Amino acid sequence: MKIRLPLILVLITGILGALPFIIPHKIAQDFDNEFRNSVLRIIAAFSLVLGVGSIIKHHTYKIQRRKENWEYSWILIVSLVITSIIGLFGGIEGDGVLPTRIGNFSFDIQTIYMYMAIPLGATMFAMLSFFMASAAYRAFRARNFEATLLLIAAFVMMLGSVPLSTYILPRLPDFAEWILTVPNTAAKRGMGFGIALGSLATSLKIILGIERGWLGGTK
Amino acid sequence: MNVSTNPWIWISAILTLGIFSFLYKENPFYRVCEHLFVGISNGYSITFVWHRILMPTLINPVARGERLWLILVAIIGALYFTRFIPRISWLVRIPIAIVMGYGAGASIPRAIDASIIEQLKATVITRSTFETIYAGLWAIIIFIGVIATISYFFFSRERKGILKPLSYLGIIFIMLGFGASFGYTVMARISLLIGRLTFLLRDWLGIIK
Repeated sequence: MKIRLPLILVLITGILGALPFIIPHKIAQDFDNEFRNSVLRIIAAFSLVLGVGSIIKHHTYKIQRRKENWEYSWILIVSLVITSIIGLFGGIEGDGVLPTRIGNFSFDIQTIYMYMAIPLGATMFAMLSFFMASAAYRAFRARNFEATLLLIAAFVMMLGSVPLSTYILPRLPDFAEWILTVPNTAAKRGMGFGIALGSLATSLKIILGIERGWLGGTK
Repeated sequence: MNVSTNPWIWISAILTLGIFSFLYKENPFYRVCEHLFVGISNGYSITFVWHRILMPTLINPVARGERLWLILVAIIGALYFTRFIPRISWLVRIPIAIVMGYGAGASIPRAIDASIIEQLKATVITRSTFETIYAGLWAIIIFIGVIATISYFFFSRERKGILKPLSYLGIIFIMLGFGASFGYTVMARISLLIGRLTFLLRDWLGIIK
């Protein structure tokens, strides 16, 4: 029951998922639309419980056991709770039951997202450029012909993306574009076939119950 | 210098500097910003899911007495909660099975169509490929490159005969592709960095226009 029921469900829904592509009839298409836009969206929305629940559980455990850096877990939990309250009761644009404005100062969820989440996320990713450059400095050595090609392609790509390159070599941006659209496309497409075949095999294994890793155990 | 008086700009600037402080070394200021990021992002996700998915798709129609069968879907979705009750935690497999099964099933024909057939169509050389001499030449290079790249990943036969130079040519294409992807990714990150520096120097401090 604990194993068989999920496996039967995955087989049935797997067949249902593939059928609308094969049957272009309106009934099949409507069913597909309804299943994607209602059923899957609702079920997937509930899956957020797993993510948020795990984060809260992990950080509560850290606070309880006074693990290393446990003080910061408070910041995470408090910010999560406050943001959720503001968002759930204050509405997306401050149109909910909870007031999200004091005088001219607005603190609705959209403003919090714009001025806190976006700068934090963008800066995190911006900072990666330093680490990538540092990693590249250590890893990119022209040891052999293949490594030199990798180095040259990366160098041309980076230099060709900045306006300064036109002063050095006027055709460099075009060459960078060519590398991206011709040899890069060829390599990506070649690998893409393998990836597509691999994902097909994995999908089939999941539907047929051969791949059972997603069950999270056999109990 | 025209420093901003908007409190939100100040908050953004302080958080930006907090993350950048990691470049010096890991410090409490960075850790606060890092944890704040995770907390706010999750809080926003909860809000988004509630207002943009659950309210319009589930709660509003059911409250109006329409599409009552969605209650059953909500019950299935609520089975995710059982993950935290060890005795019945296996029930979490039911919503996962539905999402996973439908996703896997739907991906099969789409992967065949988009990732194999359409890509093959784009690779095959026809008369229309030679609209210009360059377009034709680049199409031939892409065709050879695709064959060479695939042959590099072909491990069912020993690399000798035609397979040896072909797979080596595949390495050349792969290296060019990886190099280009790396350069492109670095430049995307650099553009984000420029965006953050512009924010600090223009929007916050008003040093540049």
